Amino acid sequence: MDVHEYQAKELLASHGVAVPPGTVAFSPDQAVYAATELGGSHWAVKAQIHAGARGKAGGIKLCRTYHEVQQAARDLLGKRLVTKQTGPEGKPVQRVYIEVADAFERELYLGYVLDRKLERVRVIASKHGGMDIEDIAKTDPDAILQVIVEPAVGLQQFQARELAFQLGLNLKQVSRAVQTIMGGYRAFRDCDATMLEINPLVVTKEDKVLALDAKMSFDDNALFRRRNIVDMNDPSQSDPREAQAAEHSLNYIGLDGEIGCIVNGAGLAMATMDMIKHAGGNPANFLDVGGGASAERVATAFRLVLSDARVKVVLVNIFAGINRCDWVAQGVIDAVHATKITAPLVVRLAGTNVEAGRKLIEESGIAIITADTLADAAQKAVAAFRKAK
Amino acid sequence: MSILIDAKTPILVQGITGDKGSFHTKEMLEYGTKVVAGVTPGKGGRAQHGVPVFNTVKEAVKATGATTSITFVAPPFCADAIMEAAEAGIRLICSITDGIPAQDMMRVKRYFMRYPKDRRPMMVGPNCAGIISPGKAMLGIMPGHIYKQGKVGLISRSGTLGYEAASQMTQLGIGISTSVGIGGDPINGSSFLDHLILFDQDPDTEAVLIIGEIGGPQEAEASAWIEQNFSKPVVGFVAGLTAPKGRRMGHAGAIISATGDSAAEKTEIMKSHGLTVAPNPAEFGSTVAKVLKRA
Repeated sequence: MDVHEYQAKELLASHGVAVPPGTVAFSPDQAVYAATELGGSHWAVKAQIHAGARGKAGGIKLCRTYHEVQQAARDLLGKRLVTKQTGPEGKPVQRVYIEVADAFERELYLGYVLDRKLERVRVIASKHGGMDIEDIAKTDPDAILQVIVEPAVGLQQFQARELAFQLGLNLKQVSRAVQTIMGGYRAFRDCDATMLEINPLVVTKEDKVLALDAKMSFDDNALFRRRNIVDMNDPSQSDPREAQAAEHSLNYIGLDGEIGCIVNGAGLAMATMDMIKHAGGNPANFLDVGGGASAERVATAFRLVLSDARVKVVLVNIFAGINRCDWVAQGVIDAVHATKITAPLVVRLAGTNVEAGRKLIEESGIAIITADTLADAAQKAVAAFRKAK
Repeated sequence: MSILIDAKTPILVQGITGDKGSFHTKEMLEYGTKVVAGVTPGKGGRAQHGVPVFNTVKEAVKATGATTSITFVAPPFCADAIMEAAEAGIRLICSITDGIPAQDMMRVKRYFMRYPKDRRPMMVGPNCAGIISPGKAMLGIMPGHIYKQGKVGLISRSGTLGYEAASQMTQLGIGISTSVGIGGDPINGSSFLDHLILFDQDPDTEAVLIIGEIGGPQEAEASAWIEQNFSKPVVGFVAGLTAPKGRRMGHAGAIISATGDSAAEKTEIMKSHGLTVAPNPAEFGSTVAKVLKRA
């Protein structure tokens, strides 16, 4: 799960990381009021979306007067912001963050990530802030500093100090940077984050060290114990179909093809998409109905897949292990009646009780194209799409 | 022969009294698996499908001599159950549970380090379909009847894609020595490499099929090792050629986030290390058949 910049900053601030003063606003009037409350003479009005690269896309506006703040908020709110990370549809801007924009002298990079190979948290820092870490890795790999956290004891002060000194900070700045690095680690650990990026981390003339931007992602598997993070969820930032799927605990990801997929198991779902592509078609979605694919879940999956206007053919591929093909077949039949689907439907069943499942489908009298193997299913789905077109 | 489990392996089920634990215990028993004990804290003293239930793993091990465990424990409590099994001297822990927080798994892996190498348990999963040595024992949730006993080792991150491969092989008359589901999470108990080492030492495994997916460094690590050390033919496949970048594809670990994470890159890495790559997921069986003929 992702959160907005202002939410990440709230979490960081509560763990001892210094951030510039700021307030979230939902309307231009609130934005102006926020600026008057915050004080100062310069403000940044920042579009809050779940994607980076906002600055270059016009999502961050520097303002010198209340009038400019109001104008900036008016320009941003209600629009869809397209950055190089959002895809062509962009993301809706429903909130802006008003932040005091004081001058700073240096821009640094600070990041935390769960390293899958080491099975440890890796802390990354660089003197090159404000640019993508991938770009720093390409242009100046020696400028990437790293420490690995020992999970039994957590990040140690000396590790933070080593990073701070290597960043070339003066003594006053070092002690503040250590506080920031340690605080960022505690926020990461205590919120079950999988990624935290403070980019840039800025150093001011007064030797303050401030998190100017913050991006944070969380482990979905740990949300059961992070109520505060769940409460930060903003469904407007995800595809409405994905949000709907999540409500039924189905895994759905919208793609841009024409063949809708309903599959059990994530690996088989990916393989089915690959097979459609191999057969010359394009998958419309990834959808894992899960191990216990009950009739009701199959029906929900159908409604979800058919809500995508691009879908011209539906392919169901179930390899029953825990569940049974006859249950799934009944689910498909019920869903066909309930949704009055007109698109061609290809069904491949395998595994437990496959004979009973096939028999149910044959006897249902519904025009279902049946397939025996994965290859057969993909080819028949692509052929049906070509015919329908 | 087989790896990890056979007909004699004494097995303990953690979470045996829950819906899933109970259902799959019955399935495992029907397959002929030697399930000797179950553990559910607070439910010690009863029996489930004729299997005695204990309050703690230590008691169960002492009373029954179980060496291997399978967990059907809910995600918030599963890391604790795994550490309990390790501390009780269980040698192989297979975790079916889907949804364990990554930081919990980090702690589990760190906890294992307190044991010297020869006493450190092997863990399979979490978020996996389990292990089956066809005709001998089933430690998992797979449909046992689709597997035929034979001489090909199978290691897969995904459960259902592993079933798909097994059934393609069965249709061509190719059997399996042991099939291991290593799971779809970002931090696994064991990797492709851990099981390749075991298959290398198993005289009755003649070839191995490894099925990976997008995300993580495991497939590349295994491929490099195979080229240097593995004497038997290996067929590889990576699911997710059509997966978009930065999106989690069902499995917590299936996300393209770094260089070398995509299916196309991993497939190239496999090829460059001399693995035979199945051209698409409908040709697991036929590719393995070709490789066996050549060997």
